[in-house]
Amino acid sequence: MQWESWSAFWQMGGAAPYVWGSYGVTLALIVAELVLVIRRRKDTVNRLLRWRRALGKDVGGSQARMESVE
Amino acid sequence: MLSAFLAVLRRDLLLSWRGRADLLVTLAFFVIVVCLFPFGVGAETNQLRAIAPGVLWVAALLASLLSLHRLFAQDHADGTLEQLLLSSEPAVLWVAGKIVAFWLTTGLPLVVAAPGLALLFDLEQGALPVLTLSLALGTPILALLGAVGAALTLGVRGGGMLLALLVLPLYVPVLIFGAGAVDAYLGGTGAAAHLLLLGGGLAGALALAPWACAAALRIAME
Amino acid sequence: MTTLTRAPVRSPEGLLRFAAPQQFYPLAGRLAPWFAWAAALLTVVGLYIGFFVAPTDFQQGEVYRVIFIHVPAAWMSMFIYLVMAFWAAVGLVMNTRLSFIMSQALAPTGAMFCFVALWTGAVWGKPTWGTYWVWDARLTSQLLLLFLYFGFIALTRAIEDPRRADRAGAIIALVGAVNVPIIYFSVQWWNTLHQGASVSLTRAPSMASTMLAGMLIMAIAAWMYAIAVALWRVRALILERERHTEWVGEVLAAEAQTQGRAR
Repeated sequence: MQWESWSAFWQMGGAAPYVWGSYGVTLALIVAELVLVIRRRKDTVNRLLRWRRALGKDVGGSQARMESVE
Repeated sequence: MLSAFLAVLRRDLLLSWRGRADLLVTLAFFVIVVCLFPFGVGAETNQLRAIAPGVLWVAALLASLLSLHRLFAQDHADGTLEQLLLSSEPAVLWVAGKIVAFWLTTGLPLVVAAPGLALLFDLEQGALPVLTLSLALGTPILALLGAVGAALTLGVRGGGMLLALLVLPLYVPVLIFGAGAVDAYLGGTGAAAHLLLLGGGLAGALALAPWACAAALRIAME
Repeated sequence: MTTLTRAPVRSPEGLLRFAAPQQFYPLAGRLAPWFAWAAALLTVVGLYIGFFVAPTDFQQGEVYRVIFIHVPAAWMSMFIYLVMAFWAAVGLVMNTRLSFIMSQALAPTGAMFCFVALWTGAVWGKPTWGTYWVWDARLTSQLLLLFLYFGFIALTRAIEDPRRADRAGAIIALVGAVNVPIIYFSVQWWNTLHQGASVSLTRAPSMASTMLAGMLIMAIAAWMYAIAVALWRVRALILERERHTEWVGEVLAAEAQTQGRAR
């Protein structure tokens, strides 16, 4: 084990802002990308569903089922 | 075979001659950008001497970038481009003709004007031929690479900024070797290596860019 | 392009079958979570080795631990651009829509890694060089690579006709790929002339084997992550592109059902 205590770990030998700044920004970017990618598919599905309904196309009878659930 | 090249070259040169005021605008832009720098960084002679190659090269690069949109826009608007693409002539030939005409009308004036502007920066007399040669070898590469970008962004909304974004990173090596040639001469190491690399780059761009440009035009006009 | 493409006349055999968006869509959906879990697992292992096993660097102290994301990100950003150009070339030669979609799905992830490499490089540079940015050959070519990514993304987004966007993007990806080595070489040349030998961030010979192991594991994790995200993005792009087909209608119907159930 490299560290004497957790606080020593978080201090990173005085380089904490640099190390955690790098890791923090990377983590934030990765999380943001994952959220965007997953949301994008959902948005696409919803948009296309609306588009299909507007065109009057059958979307597999789910409309009726959804209405009965509600 | 060559007739398509020559016909388009002659036609484009004639058209540019008729609209020569446009060409003067490119040249004036080049001159004004160069003249702005002393106001920005101060008129200290040694400093001006040091930045002269870089300033002239960056200004030449921007001037050729800003004139790129003219390369295909007119022909695109009046349908000439479509006619040319439908013709049986190989597209590479007339595309090359257009690029050569474009360089002769926008690149060459910059090459000619550069030594005069270099005097404003008190650049050493011996460096003037090196500067001219580096621009003469480098600006055709800029035109060739830029033609690919212009063809790709033809008729696209926000095309001007997009073109700059696409093309400027590709211009960096030309800038490095072009301005570097003059710096190397002033530094006493001789500009031969830089100029040879620029020449090699020009040969490579001449071989590849017209193909890419023709392909891009075909995609744009589909 | 957007005409009905239902009923593939002949379905190719073997793996090529998955070149059809209709086949690839469910496959991507099944594969992506595996890659994502592999990425998560490898990241945990890699960071454990990086932070708890790898020793303190005798010259740089603890700052060097940025290496475990900096180097993998830099590698991935370059590698993804080449993969992008590869798919672009495949798309142009074989005329397969899926290849273009792949190259467009990879671009944002590549740009993200490129930015991470720049950011970590700059943050690492502050304690090492005393300044956030030096015009070091590696950082500079990384910056230009980021611009190439931006150009590709902007071009493919700006063109509305998907067929033209695909092909125009493919050409700029290929032109960029040809230029990447030239840019790298020229920047290196420029850098040695102007700055003398630059400080190298990754001094490979003096690296302890545990450092190297952590870095390599993190590189594989980054790879898995890139594949997972690209597959997810490909799914959204496929739905968008194939919205007129019957099978997308079926997929949407199924989605609507699960949504209805969730309510």
